[in-house]
Amino acid sequence: MSLPEGAVVTHPGYEIVARQDFSDTTYLLEFQHPMMARAAKAGQFVIVMANEAGERIPLTIADFDRARGTITLVIQAVGKTTREMQQECRVGSRLHAVVGPMGIPTHIGTSKKVVCVGGGLGVAPIYPQARAHKQNGAYVIGILGFRNKALMFWEDKFRACCDELIICTDDGSAGIKGLVTAGISQSLEKHADIDEVVAIGPPVMMKGCAAATRERGVKTMVSLNPVMVDGTGMCGGCRVKVGDKVLFACVDGPDFDGHQVDFDDLMHRLKRYVPSEKQALERWQESCRIRGDAAMTQV
Amino acid sequence: MAKKKTIRTIPQERTPMREEPAEERRRNFSEVACGYTLEQAQREAERCLLCPDQPCVRGCPVSIDIPNFIAKITEKNYHGAYDVITDTNLLAAVCGRVCPQETQCEGVCTVGDSLEPVAIGRLERFIGDLAIAEGWTNIPYIEPNGLRIAIVGSGPAGMACAADMAKAGCDVTVYEAFHEAGGVLKYGIPEFRLPNTVVDAEIGKLIKLGIKFECNTLVGRLFTIEQMIAEMGYDAVFVGVGAGYPSFMGIPGESLNGVLSANELLTRCNLMHASDFPKHDTPVQLGRRIAVIGAGNTAMDAMRISMRLGAEQVHCIYRRTKAEAPARAEEIHHAEQEGIEFHWLTSPVELLDDGNRGVRGMRCIRMELGEPDDSGRRRPVSVKGSEFEFECETVVYAIGTNANPILGQTSKLKLNKRGYIDVDDNLATSIMGVFAGGDIVTGAATVIEAMGAGRKAARSMKRYLGLRDTDVVYRPERIGSDSTLFGIDLGERNHARLHEVRI
Repeated sequence: MSLPEGAVVTHPGYEIVARQDFSDTTYLLEFQHPMMARAAKAGQFVIVMANEAGERIPLTIADFDRARGTITLVIQAVGKTTREMQQECRVGSRLHAVVGPMGIPTHIGTSKKVVCVGGGLGVAPIYPQARAHKQNGAYVIGILGFRNKALMFWEDKFRACCDELIICTDDGSAGIKGLVTAGISQSLEKHADIDEVVAIGPPVMMKGCAAATRERGVKTMVSLNPVMVDGTGMCGGCRVKVGDKVLFACVDGPDFDGHQVDFDDLMHRLKRYVPSEKQALERWQESCRIRGDAAMTQV
Repeated sequence: MAKKKTIRTIPQERTPMREEPAEERRRNFSEVACGYTLEQAQREAERCLLCPDQPCVRGCPVSIDIPNFIAKITEKNYHGAYDVITDTNLLAAVCGRVCPQETQCEGVCTVGDSLEPVAIGRLERFIGDLAIAEGWTNIPYIEPNGLRIAIVGSGPAGMACAADMAKAGCDVTVYEAFHEAGGVLKYGIPEFRLPNTVVDAEIGKLIKLGIKFECNTLVGRLFTIEQMIAEMGYDAVFVGVGAGYPSFMGIPGESLNGVLSANELLTRCNLMHASDFPKHDTPVQLGRRIAVIGAGNTAMDAMRISMRLGAEQVHCIYRRTKAEAPARAEEIHHAEQEGIEFHWLTSPVELLDDGNRGVRGMRCIRMELGEPDDSGRRRPVSVKGSEFEFECETVVYAIGTNANPILGQTSKLKLNKRGYIDVDDNLATSIMGVFAGGDIVTGAATVIEAMGAGRKAARSMKRYLGLRDTDVVYRPERIGSDSTLFGIDLGERNHARLHEVRI
């Protein structure tokens, strides 16, 4: 017996109201979601599904504007989904699905002096944390790591909420030459009274930051972004080893004590779907090439 | 009145339901059980003795008047049969497929004392499918009462509660965290067991009834339960979010790539269409040999879907015997037919690294059954020195779930020791106006039990709101289709007629 098609309940989508390209690979999307803008707190993330056939990918909230009713994401085009979004997402277009804010918000406690470290894709998400600590009355030292000067963004936003800002670049084209860990060492030497270090970036960077503070025993929080599907604690794909526990980054985090996190485990688990990701990217690039060729022929 | 049937006069053999041949279906996603034809349903309905004792009704978690609906089938009054089922059950097409009938209605069937029991589930499905295909019944007129109800979670508990509250005249909104409504019926139960078209057909009726669905909404984080009552103007809230949080065993090797929960596997496949990768972006990378730990319905689903995704071998690892396996008998039977290899009395002790952080196999130990434990089942104990290695590239955990922590983190809802929501006998929580039911209260259970909880909560909510418990004020007018809800006939007329008959 054949059954009639029923209604699939979906949302009309979330409108993109601003886009900014920081470099060839890094872009900002700001979308309308007044309720989420009211609820969002530093340290939380969203899950985005760019189109109907898309993956659900977790992205840390880079900013929220309660007055405008918007959420800002800063995205690095690395895989198929993020490259496709770079190509397709325009002001006025819509994201198929966005759910959030997810995860336990960052605990903005009583720390008087805080170092906020952001590297690469972690620069944007460290911003709400720096701002929250500043609003909480802390002395905030920002440390931002980029490969080179051309990739820098949001320096002005950080200057507005940081008492000190240290820029680190791999080639020395801006700020100090070296990794963010060099910035951390510099700060730790200059200030004996740092209560907390918050680090967001690639796992290897966060691992380095945790190592840099371990000896002095300075509290170091990191924000983890493993592979997720639902983001609500249901699939367990995002499980991470923290101390002697296995926790789910989506509902038990995403912030964890950096001195307890098993980063090697995290880095291995992030490679789970590499073969599929590669296959998807190659297929997509091929389809872009064909479409590109077709467009050329039409011209 | 037909002459009285006896156990000797009824068709002796249970009417078989056509199934797709195992050899073909194990590699495709089409529905396995094809459902009864009219003739088959007629024949099977004849097997019901209409015994006065009616043990089947007591065996049903929502007390469907089973002999009555079967009698309607024998009278060829299919719409009448539908009316009877939908008096108490919202999801005939769904429950006929996924209820564990052998431990419920069919398990206590009088015919079953001497012969195979009446195939009540198959008959229920027959009527449910017929109702969807025919688009029966009436456009409802519901007198709005101005009360606003929020339902958290669009799975079976939430849908059942939403339907009853809408029928009572309330303005109902259902919140769902995923991008599509349906809960476990969508992300969990695979297409070959419960087609999404069936789920969507039932949801479509809820929408026609005026129920609003808000997807992409994580209650607790986007707004809290307390805000729903205090700020958003809801008069009552039902929480039916399911259990979530999959369990692992805590043995070495669980963080290896190639180890995942059944929830992850099923969600990737059912909701995210990983079988269509790379047309759909979500992948599911399975090895050639897949071991699934556990023997519940979720484990069966995970194994059978692995087979359909192209696995060469699929193994079931379970520490007790087939007799203790929690899955429905039919699911185990189907899994066996499809070539899944069962390893009873076997427990994993370690997952083995292939040297590249992938899985190369698992070390298991043989078990034997000892003294009965708290659950009354004989406790499996390991046999010393019986360890052996077993090769596989993917390990799937289907050993149950724990309570999802989000509402505990974000509200003052009182939880029990195990993290589930604490409720009283009426399913009322510690927050005034907030009710809860389904897996988030009881721990993992079945679709029909969740629906039963959703309906029970609806009755409590109506009392709490001072509404009559006799359902709705209807002004039914018969205008074509789309006026049933999971099979509930929304017109009172049929119900009234039935009551007259009973009197």
